[in-house]
Amino acid sequence: MNTTRLVIVAVGGQGNLLASSVLGEAALLSNIPVRMSEIHGMAQRGGVVESAMVFGDAESSVISDGEADVLVGFEPSETLRALKKCNKATVVVTNLAPLPPFTVAIGKGVYPDLNKLQATIRAKTAGLVALDAVELARQAGNELSVNMVLLGALIRTGKVPIEAQTVKEAIRKKTKQAFVESNISAFDLGYCAAQ
Amino acid sequence: MNKLLSTERGRKMLLLGNEAIARGAIEAGLAFGATYPGTPSSEISANLFEISQQSELYFEYSTNEKVALEVAAAAANSGVRSMAIMKHVGLNVAADALMTLAYVGVKAGMVVLSADDPFMFSSQNEQDNRYYAKLSGLAVLEPSTIEEAKEMIKYAFDLSEKLQEPVLFRTTTRINHSTGIVTLGDIAPVKASGDFIKDPFNYVTVPAVSRNLHIKLLKHWEEAKGISEVSPYNFVSGKGPYGIVCNGVSYSYVRDGARDLGIEDKVQILRIGFSNPMPGAMIKEFLKGCEKVLVAEEGEPYMEEALKAFAQEEGLTLPIAGKGEGVFSRLFEFDPAGVRKVIANYFNVAYEPVAATDVADIPEIPSRPPNLCAGCSHRASFYIAKQAAEGMETIFPTDIGCYTLGLLPPLSTADFLICMGSSISTSCGFSKVTKKKVISFIGDSTFFHSGIPGLINAVFNNHNFTLFILDNGTTAMTGHQPNPGVDMGLLNLTGYGRIDIEEVVRALGVKDVTVIEPYKVKKSIEAVKKALSFEGVSVVISREMCTLYAKSLKLQSKKRYQVGDKCRNHRDCINQLGCPAFYLSEGRIRINAAQCTGCSVCAQICPENAIIPVKD
Repeated sequence: MNTTRLVIVAVGGQGNLLASSVLGEAALLSNIPVRMSEIHGMAQRGGVVESAMVFGDAESSVISDGEADVLVGFEPSETLRALKKCNKATVVVTNLAPLPPFTVAIGKGVYPDLNKLQATIRAKTAGLVALDAVELARQAGNELSVNMVLLGALIRTGKVPIEAQTVKEAIRKKTKQAFVESNISAFDLGYCAAQ
Repeated sequence: MNKLLSTERGRKMLLLGNEAIARGAIEAGLAFGATYPGTPSSEISANLFEISQQSELYFEYSTNEKVALEVAAAAANSGVRSMAIMKHVGLNVAADALMTLAYVGVKAGMVVLSADDPFMFSSQNEQDNRYYAKLSGLAVLEPSTIEEAKEMIKYAFDLSEKLQEPVLFRTTTRINHSTGIVTLGDIAPVKASGDFIKDPFNYVTVPAVSRNLHIKLLKHWEEAKGISEVSPYNFVSGKGPYGIVCNGVSYSYVRDGARDLGIEDKVQILRIGFSNPMPGAMIKEFLKGCEKVLVAEEGEPYMEEALKAFAQEEGLTLPIAGKGEGVFSRLFEFDPAGVRKVIANYFNVAYEPVAATDVADIPEIPSRPPNLCAGCSHRASFYIAKQAAEGMETIFPTDIGCYTLGLLPPLSTADFLICMGSSISTSCGFSKVTKKKVISFIGDSTFFHSGIPGLINAVFNNHNFTLFILDNGTTAMTGHQPNPGVDMGLLNLTGYGRIDIEEVVRALGVKDVTVIEPYKVKKSIEAVKKALSFEGVSVVISREMCTLYAKSLKLQSKKRYQVGDKCRNHRDCINQLGCPAFYLSEGRIRINAAQCTGCSVCAQICPENAIIPVKD
């Protein structure tokens, strides 16, 4: 089967690793070969967490610069930073709610303008789905379900060979019982917002 | 129950490489394990430690890697399958034991796992530990995928028993921290107790004994060579004039690269998974069937040099390349596109790579370096040390742990670091040859690991510096593992001792010992000033639980702080502490209540007393 390469970038604590583990479980349920790799040494110290997921026949679990078919960014400036993973055929999904790095607070950097950021991504890739995932997560009843909102948006792009139903099944299996309902509604809100 | 204890044979599970390795060990009937935590190996131990509370497995967090290796070696020489788990640099600590354990050998299977870290995602160097196999004369196995890692662990135990030698199992970060689909096998029964049969003339390594043991080791090595020749982990796939020799994760990159370049029918790939001793006869046959050979291995030219030596023995003159200009680098890790490019260049295959997005015109994105957590007690300790040392010219030797992040501004409290424990020993040297005030930092776990000998040295040789022992009650950086100073009762675990750092320090003869609570800022600064003025070795023990650990134990303070109306925007809080709970809003400092942990350090240093508790 064809290979689909997905890169997810997030800030430590945003639930990136849970999102990729849900998606991996969904791939397993769908009988789709999947390999993932993640760099999470500094996740709890506010650093960037990057995971790569490769669906299909390729054997590598790492994605080189320029080779992502889809990029999902949980934080807008991190989406922009990860643009080197993309090419002109890549589809990008991003959260629009910023988590400015501490360097901005101490005046060692300027946070990018969100409109320009979106225009830049649109100009350089095949398409951008941008949504305020924090607001949608709040609507779903759990502000921490930003990861599920973005999973919903990702599935809606149709770029990953996995059905929405299967992802929901994986959410039921992999996330804490108390949060299953809010996670599923977060997923649905993301799915609908991404049209 | 830990998911890795599942008895559903044939079940497919998505496992992290480290989980797959732990599962492989369980399937192999691992009975005894010891470790010192270190990324990227930590999750193997975390799982096995949890499993040990639910099964017959014995698993311990040892004081350091050398101790772990020796503990496990005794079990293996009593007929119990054992494992010692560590990161690559941990094997340096354990190397003294490893070299002579190779002479002594083992009775039951023993696997020494070394998790190497090309690119140094979380390490101080990227040494290639395959050389330890050569140095010690032991067999080394290297998996290429997660699935293979699980199976290979079982093979490693069998191999160890066959050779009566420990076997090195070398992974890299991309194996440890990748996830793949694994099929569960049967779990072998655990043989938890053994017996040690006295045989001092084979076990006590005095010179006369060791001379015989070295002969025995070389015999085992010859035997290993024969096994390596026929090992299922060394294999050739494909046919063609182009030869590629690879190991570990580069195997996947090579396979993908050959397919992407459409040269699968022209390439034969020799995958080496059993890389010491190298399968010489197999390699010579392979070389004879190729016009040109490329060696794709991360790290050092370990296989490349072996291949060239084998070619010389056979009088072969075909081109063999690996490291060098136009081919591979000894630096950092590989990636699929990089490997594909080298294959295309080396074999002259036309190839147009996909153009990566040009990011040259994107304005600079503010960097997001890792930072000490909001409310981290280390931040308070560093502030206190700097305030107490105001006006002094200082050198800050530091050590390995979260507190190494003191490197970054605004704290800037890290000047020198080599390895675990080096803060104290280098303080001895710096204070002897410079006129500066030396103030060094070490964490509790690192102090036990390898700090104590340095402190003994400092007392004995009468050095002159101040050591901070940052005791946060856990091994924080690697994920809150126990260490000898930890209160295991907080984890609901019984049957452990507990070593008090203050008692150790006093017992070592340190005359000036101060214990501070770093969240009490002013009092601590006064106490530290006294410690700094002491002529000789003074020790400050800064005692406050890791805030993340406290949170996980539900022991964190409920208090939160906010910036009130009295703020004059001096920004001492943000400029001197740099706590990530601060943010700027319309030019004013605010505190993110979701991040604030209530440590109150900022409230204590605010010149206007403008930082006040949030009222419920």
